Amino acid sequence: MNHVQSKISETPIRTRPWAATLIIFTGVLAIVFGIGASISTGVADINLGIVWEALFAYNEANDQHVIIQELRLPRALAGALVGAAFAVAGAIMQGMTRNPIADAGLLGINAGASFVLVLVFAFAPWLPFKYIILYSFIGAGLGAGLVYGIAYFSKGGMTPLKLVLAGAVIGSLVSGLSQALSLLFQINYDLTFWSAGGISTAEWFQVSVMMPWIIAGLIVAMMISRSITILSLGEDIAAGLGQRTRLIKGIGTIVVMVLAGASVATVGGVSFIGLIVPHMVRYLVGVDYRWIIPCSAVLGGVLVIFADIGAKMVAIPYETPLGSIIAVLGVPFFLYLARKERREL
Amino acid sequence: MIEDIFNLRQRNRSIKLIIGFAILLIVGFIISLNIGRYSITPPEVLQTLIGQGSKSQSFVLFQLRLPRMIIAVLMGAGLAVSGAVLQGVSRNGLSDPGILGINSGAGLAVLMFIAFYPSTSLAPPFLMPILALLGAGLTALLIYMLSYKKGQGISPVRLLLTGIAVGAGLSAVSIILTLQLNPQNLEFVVTWQLGSLWSSDWEYVLALLPWLVILLPIVYWKSSVLNMLSMSEHIAGSLGVSMNRERLILIAAAVGLAASSVAIGGGIGFVGLLGPHIARRLVGPQHQFMLPIAAAVGSLLVLMGDTIGRSFMEYTELPAGVVISLLGGPYFIYLLFHSKK
Repeated sequence: MNHVQSKISETPIRTRPWAATLIIFTGVLAIVFGIGASISTGVADINLGIVWEALFAYNEANDQHVIIQELRLPRALAGALVGAAFAVAGAIMQGMTRNPIADAGLLGINAGASFVLVLVFAFAPWLPFKYIILYSFIGAGLGAGLVYGIAYFSKGGMTPLKLVLAGAVIGSLVSGLSQALSLLFQINYDLTFWSAGGISTAEWFQVSVMMPWIIAGLIVAMMISRSITILSLGEDIAAGLGQRTRLIKGIGTIVVMVLAGASVATVGGVSFIGLIVPHMVRYLVGVDYRWIIPCSAVLGGVLVIFADIGAKMVAIPYETPLGSIIAVLGVPFFLYLARKERREL
Repeated sequence: MIEDIFNLRQRNRSIKLIIGFAILLIVGFIISLNIGRYSITPPEVLQTLIGQGSKSQSFVLFQLRLPRMIIAVLMGAGLAVSGAVLQGVSRNGLSDPGILGINSGAGLAVLMFIAFYPSTSLAPPFLMPILALLGAGLTALLIYMLSYKKGQGISPVRLLLTGIAVGAGLSAVSIILTLQLNPQNLEFVVTWQLGSLWSSDWEYVLALLPWLVILLPIVYWKSSVLNMLSMSEHIAGSLGVSMNRERLILIAAAVGLAASSVAIGGGIGFVGLLGPHIARRLVGPQHQFMLPIAAAVGSLLVLMGDTIGRSFMEYTELPAGVVISLLGGPYFIYLLFHSKK
């Protein structure tokens, strides 16, 4: 106990509410601006004035207005939502498991969701999206259960390295199985693109279904944020402070499943958002999850919107998968974390 | 003296196993020759082999199946031995050229060449292993530098983490590049990346063969060094092995083997993991006995994977790499389950 206490006093809980408020404020501004910019960039260049018109004085006869309303707007909104969802899912996982390299993509959650989605496309392609998304949640849970199960029940116990290895292998297994299935069932869905994180296919029917789920997930995440802060000090401490750790962990896991599952169903598996964003946020605002979660949501949205603009611009007129762009940013960050980490990885 | 007897016994066992695997490989080869969209029965295979078959039979056999199977056998051996060396040098049983990201580096180099090659014709097969070697070598160097920490050297754990991350980054860059190819190159690249051997012909066999003929004996010759390196850095040093030089030579050989195999056959993972592990199970950890068995197991694996992939469906085929990852993934999980570190 003494040992634990001395550890706590060594690392005082720093929070910077002012920095956090500033981040949320500028972040929301950046999202609004980014959505505008994202709508106006693309193969057909549309200036911001027309974007404004299309949003607030919609004219069906105008081709550009139709493009904006039917293609660009859902895509930009999907980007913001998915970014927020992946970032918050990562933050919750990091806080709950005290594992610095937790991320929905790295730990097999996205892989599980994608695999179940491929199964659905193979066996029940007629299913409407609002049911498909439920299967995606189940898949996310399966992936997480598998990866954590392997790491947890292995001889030496759970280590971050084992989690990453198990996640990587489950990922490659799933992509092999998905390929086999898509060949067998002749799935005419652009699977490679979608599995690499293709935001360009996001449409209204998807956005309207996933939006309530993600918003609900974010709200619940905010509600348990205080408990996550306590949990992030260590399970013993949390239990000692009278917290019902199992309940909080259960709720947290469900929130992660919903956030990641809804995102994967819409844009496919994108890794590293949940890794990069919470780490940056923690550096900026401190270790209180009441601030980390909203800031992560905002910055995650900003990251994905601007990465998506990049995805449109890298190789006009081709689309580049969002997941690849973010991976190019995320890998150096991951390497930095793996190097810096003082704890035995 | 006791050790000698022990060694003798192990040597006998290893020789028996090698003969057994050679027979298995031949049987597998014959089975694989029969299977495919155009089925040829074993007697017909024999007839065709001695030059008595019909024209279409000999075309299928000599131009389509035989080179493909030879490549499967060669690259299986190359990848398995590469994995064995990497595991020995890094003292980590989970090392494999695929997991460490070396295959991705080789793949990216070939891909860049295809993407920026001025003509629309496909890349010449003899150039591809050299390019792949360049890419794989640079990747290996990058991973080594990134996981090197002053005062601590290379920790096996950090090496794996770095390898996975670098591999992920390189495949992301590959996807970005792939999507900008023209359709003809795109199809070639996609099937090649998945480790399908369908485009193999004799030219590719010739492009791969010299690499293995040179590098496999070098590694085998160094097997006693590998034995020492895989024990512990201190033991190896005190036994008089000039560690850094030997390690460098061995890593270079492993990278060369993996790169040439990937350049010709495409990214097939897990062979470098499964081959050495199964071999170690059978004959123990000493490399002079283990390496040949590992090579045989690797060959058998890729041959089997390719054959299964070919007979899986009537109209399309499953790339060998996919089949092997479905076999290898569970095995890796099993290893992870039992690893203490």
